[in-house]
Formats: sequence, C-alpha cells, structure tokens
Amino acid sequence: MTQDHLQKYLFLVLGLFAVLSALMVVFTKNPVHSVLYLVLAFFAITGEYILLNAQFIAIVNIIVYAGAIMVLFLFVIMLLNLNKETEPHKNPYLKFAAVITSGLLLIVIVGSLKAADNAIATPYQGGKGLIENLAEVLFHQFLLPFEVSSILFLAAMVGAVMLGKKDIK
Amino acid sequence: MTFTGFLIYKALLVLIVFTISLVIAMYSTYAERKVAAFMQDRLGPNRAGPFGLLQPLADGLKMFMKEEIIPNVSNKFLFILGPSIAMFTSCVTGAVIPWGGSLHIGGNVYPLQVTDINIGILYIMAITSIGVYGIMIGGWASNNKYSLLGALRASSQMISYEIAMGLAIIALVMHTGTLSLNKIAAMQTGWHWNIIYQPVGFIIFLICAFAETNRTPFDLPESDSELIGGYHTEYSSMKLGFYLFAEYINMFISSAIIATLYFGGYHMPFIDRLGLSDNFGAILGIVFLFSKIFFFIFFFMWVRWTLPRFRYDQLMNLGWKVLIPLSIFNVAFTGTLMWIFGRIH
Amino acid sequence: MQALTTRSKIAVNKKMTFMERIYIPAILGGMAITLRHFFKKKVTIQYPEQQREFAPIYRGHHVLKRDENGAERCTACGLCAVACPAEAITMVAAERKKGEEALYREEKYAEIYEINMLRCIFCGLCEEACPKEAIFLTDEMVLTDYARAGFVHGKDKLVEPMDKDKRIDVSKRQTKEVAEFKKHPEYAHNQVYTKSLKA
Repeated sequence: MTQDHLQKYLFLVLGLFAVLSALMVVFTKNPVHSVLYLVLAFFAITGEYILLNAQFIAIVNIIVYAGAIMVLFLFVIMLLNLNKETEPHKNPYLKFAAVITSGLLLIVIVGSLKAADNAIATPYQGGKGLIENLAEVLFHQFLLPFEVSSILFLAAMVGAVMLGKKDIK
Repeated sequence: MTFTGFLIYKALLVLIVFTISLVIAMYSTYAERKVAAFMQDRLGPNRAGPFGLLQPLADGLKMFMKEEIIPNVSNKFLFILGPSIAMFTSCVTGAVIPWGGSLHIGGNVYPLQVTDINIGILYIMAITSIGVYGIMIGGWASNNKYSLLGALRASSQMISYEIAMGLAIIALVMHTGTLSLNKIAAMQTGWHWNIIYQPVGFIIFLICAFAETNRTPFDLPESDSELIGGYHTEYSSMKLGFYLFAEYINMFISSAIIATLYFGGYHMPFIDRLGLSDNFGAILGIVFLFSKIFFFIFFFMWVRWTLPRFRYDQLMNLGWKVLIPLSIFNVAFTGTLMWIFGRIH
Repeated sequence: MQALTTRSKIAVNKKMTFMERIYIPAILGGMAITLRHFFKKKVTIQYPEQQREFAPIYRGHHVLKRDENGAERCTACGLCAVACPAEAITMVAAERKKGEEALYREEKYAEIYEINMLRCIFCGLCEEACPKEAIFLTDEMVLTDYARAGFVHGKDKLVEPMDKDKRIDVSKRQTKEVAEFKKHPEYAHNQVYTKSLKA
C-alpha cells in the first residue's frame, strides 16, 4: 500500500466518521451526548486538516472549537439540566419554520459547492496551512480584514460584558 | 536511517517517555507525602521498604484491589470515559517535549524528542483544552451534585486560565520567533534563558500552570471541605487512581514545559564551553533537564503545602482582572521593546 | 485581661498598600517558613520501636491487686462504685466459703467486678476510695475492641495474675505523701505496699 493509498483511505474513514458523528448529533436524545458527538466530529475534521498539511488550522480547530466553545456548550447544558421531562413542547409552526430555514441553508451550501471549481486539494502537499505561510497571508495580504475582524470580536466582548452587568446606570 | 529503523527508534522513544512519565508520577505521590510530612515536621511514609520507597507500589496495589463501584444512576460509558480521557491527555503531551539534544550513533542522528512538529506549543495548548473533557464528562456522568459542581468549577477555571496562559506564551513566541519547542529549547544556549527576557510572562505562565493542573492554591474542583471530592467523588478503585495519576503526570509535564520554555530546557550555562563530545553533552543535557523538572515538581509541592486554597470569586478575579490584563500588557511591552531594539521590520 | 498569647495581632481593616496587594512578598515569606520547617528536626516518635515515656502518675487500665499470698484483696465494699463519678463500676458480692481462704483475703469478696471502660474517665477516684488497697490504675493502655461488650472488663481482665513474677507493679504510684497518709492507725491492717516502699 503506497502512501497515497493510505491517505485516501484515511481521508475516507475520517470523512465517514465525521458524517456519522454529525448525524448522531442530530439523532441522539440526550443533549450532552449530542455535544460529545459534535466534539468527535470536530476531531475527525481536525484529522482531515492534518491530511491537508494544515497543521495550524487543525490545532486551532481543536483549541477553539473542541476545547473552548464545546466546553461552554457542555457547561450551559449541564447547568440547565435538560432531560425528557423538562423538554418544552415545541410549536408546530416553529418546527415548520426550522425545516424551511435549514432546507434553504442546504440549497445555499449545495449551490456554492457546485459553483466552486472541482479541483480537489492534494493531500499532504503545499504548505498553505503551515503557520509561516498563514502568517504571511494574514499579516500582509489580508491585514486590514484581519484587524477589522478583531474589532468585531472586541465589540462582541464589550456587548457581552454589558449584557452581563446587572446594574447599568 | 531506514523506515523500519525509524519506526523502531520512535516506538522505543515513545515507550521510554511513557514509562518515565508513569514512574515519575508514581514517585511524585511518594515525594508529595514526604515533602508534606517534612514541611509539617513529620517523617512521612517510611515503613514500606527502605525510606518507604516501596510505598507507591503498595498504594498502587491497594488501588487495584479496591472494589470497583459504578453508581447505578450514572452513565456507565461516560463514567469510564472520563478518567480515560484524563489519563490519555496527560500522557500524550510528552510527545513534543525535547528531552535532550541529539545522539549521534553510527552516523545516524537520533533527536531525543518524539516528534518535532512546528506548532509544538499550540499542540500542548490543544491537549490541555481537551483535558477539561476528562473532568467534565466524569463529573457529569457521576450524576452527583458535588461531582457536577466540581466539574463545572474545573472547566470554568481551566478555560479562564488558558487565556492568560496563551497570552503569556504569545509574548514568549514573539521573543523566540518560533512555535517549535525544539527550536525554543535549542536557542537558549548558555545563559540566554527565556526567563531573563520574559520574567513577567514566566510568573503568569507559572500561576496558570498551577491552575491548569488543579493544584493548590487552585484546587477548587476537588476541594474536600466544600465538595467532598469534587469531580471524582463517585470514583473508586483504579478509575480514581487514573484521575489522581493524571494530575501527577500533568504536574510532571508542566514542570517539563516550564523548564523547556523558560529555563533553557536541556541547557546549562558554561557547559557548552567545556568542549564535551556530542553524545556526552546530550546525556548531560537530559540530566540537566530532569534536575530542573524535579525542582519544579518540588516547587509545585512546596506551594501546595504553604498556601491555602483560593475562594472561588478570588480565583476568577485573579484570572480575569489581573492575569489577563497583565499578560496583554506584557505582550505590548515585549512588542515595544522589540521595536526599540530593531527586531521588528 | 491577660493576653492568651504573645503572637496575637489586632485586625485592622486598613487599605492595603500596593506591595501588600500583589501578595508576592507575603507568599515568599510563607514559603520561606515552610522551607525552614523542611530542614527542622522531626518530632515523630516511631511507635513500635520508640515509645514515649509515660508520666509516673499516668492513669491507665485498672488492676485488682492480690496480697503477698495471692489472695484477692477486694472485699466488695462498694466504695469505689460509690466514688466513681462516671458510674462505671458494678459489682456483686459473695461470701467466702470454707477452703477458699487462699483465694480471698476477707470473708466477703467480689463475685463479679466489672468496669465499663467506655464510661470510665480514668480519674483515679476508685483508687483513692479503696480502703483495702485493692484497686489501682496502672500505666497500661486500655485496648480497643470491635464491640461495646468487649469494653466491659470483668475480673478476668482486671485481677492480676497469681504468679508472683507476673504481678503488676504499682509501687511507683505510692508517693511519699500517700505512704504517709496510709500510716494512719485506721489502715494499720493494710500496710503491705507502704512497707515495701520503705524498704
């Protein structure tokens, strides 16, 4: 088995794993299990990133999504103590709206993927995701958008602090 | 080096690192009890073997022989998964730490590091952030309010201090210009230890290391007086042992990281001037690194038996209102200094 | 009022200075203290090999003495039970039969003599009340047990062995003052230990 074959199979296995765990996120009843399946999905996607030689993005994916955001999710779910008895009865109109919006999102994603050129990223070649190249792009070519996005984060942070404050004069 | 030879060499290195971590963690329990005893004018364990050196084996045997209890109302799979994750995450961190220079045997170069990925520091951060799951899942799956409270405390504490830790590392990375632990260790030859360039960053990193390993004075997740045992209240037998063991391995690994990042790793001032052979120098480097690690393990214990536990609001105040602003200031200060000395173009 | 300790500090809610607020000097001070203790002499006494010396007046497990011929001195008068503030002593008296003179010193003796060691406070008042110098507190510890019943010590555990070599020595509990007190003519019939003390 050559290296190419190995990578192909790894890609397929990881992809299947990611899709399966993403499906389990939707189908499990227990919200905590959902979050844990989502973490698994993130790990599978991290594996795909590493196959693309995008180590920085892979690690940041773990730190930010699996390590921080999902922990906060888990946090909230554990504190809310969700279970079958306390699950609120959902409005049928709400369900209908949810189906329509998610259907629209699916159409958008499929459409955008169709428009993209079919060139498949060659695994483990080209160091686009390596930290030096990424820094080169972020701090030269896209410096302004990068800094603007940081202002966006700052605004979000200030907003969160304001929401969290109890007595605003 | 052939591919097979490479694989065997790496496998051997992994095995050695793994064994050393476990043995050191095992004897850390003994050292902790001895240090605690000595600081309290006692003798500590001295019955099992000479100086009580067989005590960890006896403790391990006891742990294995204890009855394994899984609570009826717990989630069994997650209950077992929790300690497994805790143990796993503390064991895999050792992969990126450079334990010494390189050995030159038969024309081949054998670096004493399992893998030199170019984002070594980020890898450690990622593993630490995964480590939260071990505690959280275990605490939640126990289905016990004390466990849950301990798990929540642990995760919020670890997330909060990860930020300050990351910012302290950013200042260090600005100075070193690389994220690879191997390069960071290699550049600290002679007396050019990073502690001289990053004293504030070191103090922040040290405090955060205490918080991340859940050691006193930040041991709120398992504060016995408030939460019985915290997240491992319901655990018994070797599953409890895994949690306790993971804590000691974490302590060992964080000592190694502190030594590598700030205290010159395997370097010692003036040793490179002696003109020793490469191999001997590499072996001496391992000795230096481990003596630094042992000092920091002792330091962890020293602090534990000196300082009382923080109150929860004090912990959060320290993390968010002191350490994070301080580390941001440190980043800005480092940047300014680098600009003054013309290292930024 | 006299101060209980010389180390007490009066708490004041003054605003802390910057050096106090960063806590690091205080932490370093604390760590210096623990490090100093690290090298101090250890106070541990390694029990089975080393044993702490008992005080000469230590009050431990009781013993019911025999006289020089091996007869029990206790006459079941009940004064010890009356004196006992914890009401730990109970006894049943019986009359000595013919042929038991070697066993019991007086015509009346205690058939059952029990001390509940869970109730006993080891005050030594029984010893003080005894007119026959029959009960003494020794420097032996009271052993623990798994059940409450095991703490009620009967005559099997209290009476000293008949064998002269195995007798329990309580002579060091007889201080000069006690010996002086026992010289009183009222105790003339009962001068065994006082005599041995003089010798």
